[in-house]
Amino acid sequence: MTDMTIDRDKLRDIYTRTMRVARADEKFRSLLMTGKLAVIYYTVRGQELVSAAAMAALNQDDYLVTTYRGQHDQIAKGVPLNPLFAEIAGKVGGTCRGKGGSMHITHPETGVMVTTGVVGSGLPIANGLALASQNRGDGKVTMVCFGDGATNIGAFHEAMNMAQLWKLPVIFLCQNNRYGEHTAFADHTKVDSIVTRARAYGMDGVKVDGNDAIAMYNTTRAAVDRARAGEGPTLIEAMCYRMMGHFFGADFSYMPPEHLAEMAAEDPLPRLRQLMLDHQFTEADLDAIVADLDAQMDAAAEFAANSPLPGPEEIRKDVFEEEIAA
Amino acid sequence: MSMQITMTQAINRAIDEAMAEDEGVILLGEDVAAKQGGGVFKISSGLTEKYGENRIRATPISEQAIVGACVGAALAGFRPIAEIMLMNFVTVAMDQIVNHAAKLRFMSGGQTNVPLVIRTTTGVGVGFGGQHSDMLEAWFAHVAGLKVVTPSNAADAQGLMRAAIACNDPVIFIENILCYGLKSDDPGPGHIVPLGKAAIAREGSDCTIVTYGRTVLDALEIAGKLAEEGISVEVIDLRTIAPYDEATVTASVEKTGRAIVLHEAVKQYGTGAEIASRLNEMLFGKLKAPVTRIGGAFSAVPMANALEQAWIPNKDAIADAVRTAVNWKG
Repeated sequence: MTDMTIDRDKLRDIYTRTMRVARADEKFRSLLMTGKLAVIYYTVRGQELVSAAAMAALNQDDYLVTTYRGQHDQIAKGVPLNPLFAEIAGKVGGTCRGKGGSMHITHPETGVMVTTGVVGSGLPIANGLALASQNRGDGKVTMVCFGDGATNIGAFHEAMNMAQLWKLPVIFLCQNNRYGEHTAFADHTKVDSIVTRARAYGMDGVKVDGNDAIAMYNTTRAAVDRARAGEGPTLIEAMCYRMMGHFFGADFSYMPPEHLAEMAAEDPLPRLRQLMLDHQFTEADLDAIVADLDAQMDAAAEFAANSPLPGPEEIRKDVFEEEIAA
Repeated sequence: MSMQITMTQAINRAIDEAMAEDEGVILLGEDVAAKQGGGVFKISSGLTEKYGENRIRATPISEQAIVGACVGAALAGFRPIAEIMLMNFVTVAMDQIVNHAAKLRFMSGGQTNVPLVIRTTTGVGVGFGGQHSDMLEAWFAHVAGLKVVTPSNAADAQGLMRAAIACNDPVIFIENILCYGLKSDDPGPGHIVPLGKAAIAREGSDCTIVTYGRTVLDALEIAGKLAEEGISVEVIDLRTIAPYDEATVTASVEKTGRAIVLHEAVKQYGTGAEIASRLNEMLFGKLKAPVTRIGGAFSAVPMANALEQAWIPNKDAIADAVRTAVNWKG
């Protein structure tokens, strides 16, 4: 049984992380809408709480591998907003000097080692980070995030088998947002749940309502504790909804209205706010957190706008350790 | 007489030395541990006993997972070696190599890097057929961020392997099955051959053969025969295919005025095309004959020995190409 109790400070932490993700996503969409940004962006609307609760169960130096729809994971893990915004805008002040963009955010200081634009490719890499921790005995765990769509590519299966074979300290967090690109879950997968696939590899698997802050946090925490104790990997299937199209501006008329209504009813943001009120946080407490975050978002957007564009010499740098000839 | 060492022993020694020096050096691959016999080609023989199964990890048959795990370990500061049993199987792991190992340093703006060696073997002439024999070096040479290395002799194999493991970027290290038994004078412990430096395997003045790997042996044999005809051939062993030692190659061809680029890989769209093209750009007007290419035939590698021998670059054809270049009247 999942423990359904939570510390009040942890709850505040989860709320803050969730709202940092949500306000950043809102800001990105507003910048895109008003033409202040013109980049590819994969909105995380609907998946804010899943990563906030998961990352709240990790330490800052634990490793994270995520995907192109990964801004929620990166922000919840702690990537600072200024370089994150600048990277999405393709500026020199970005985490990757504008050379990666939203699909390749990397920030080792907060453990964000890889963001991949290739579905499923992060899982084998996460195993390697975990293998290094296992050999070093440094006590770190590695979390890798991916969607339901990633569970039908070979890399998922190869990585799950290897992780369990070697009892690697890795947590496979499948954010089942019900769509792989434009294809609904039932149209790409015959089993009811991704978590049943854990059994095929002799791995522990747990399915959780990703929009339930306490269940999501405690489930992740249990998997992290097991991994740190050397008891091996866990597959977590966190149920959530991708509340918008595949990428910002994409048509999502293929999502049936009844499904959109179901999603709206399960929206994690009002649900989390109610949970906070139930735990004796006041409207004023919560509003103050959000107001502070919005000021950070405005500052980050301004930082990104003022950061210079990268110069063409950047193309010759970081191909190899040594700069290549012009 | 000095002691001799085979290429198999040389590669084993280089890995052994690197593992003794740095706990971050690990080897992952199918059958590589002692329990499975130290690898199909015995390259890791004796290493499990010294370094244990956490560092010599026999894997499932999962090339994506092998290379991916090595990419991840490299990101964490290890210096992993992935053994991919045969070069054609590397194609199963191309996403990890091309999209990740090669690009993570660049895409992260230099925050991360992937000090990874992918060892793999291949070779035409042993009847392994179409899916176990290809030389695919051009695939990797075409990707920014990868270094591609292949030794032609045992001493270089040892020195290049040490340099590859020490390199802070990913290296594709190609071994030729037919070369494992080749012997060199023992270069002794700690031998290092820097990446990116070609060797002049034989000096000459009339024509340069630029090559690498097993075909260096063919080129040296042909050079010996042509010397009897009064033709002086210089043989360059690239050792590092990409990025190649352009200074050494260009200087040699400027001296001889004639060049043939020779490789076992299929000629069309091969590395020979790039090198010939660069020579043309650098030395147009100084060349005494067109730069020509010799490579494998444009088909899958056949199994039957008679066909295989017809497929690979033919020594007579190499000699004829040199004679044609030397006698070129313009």
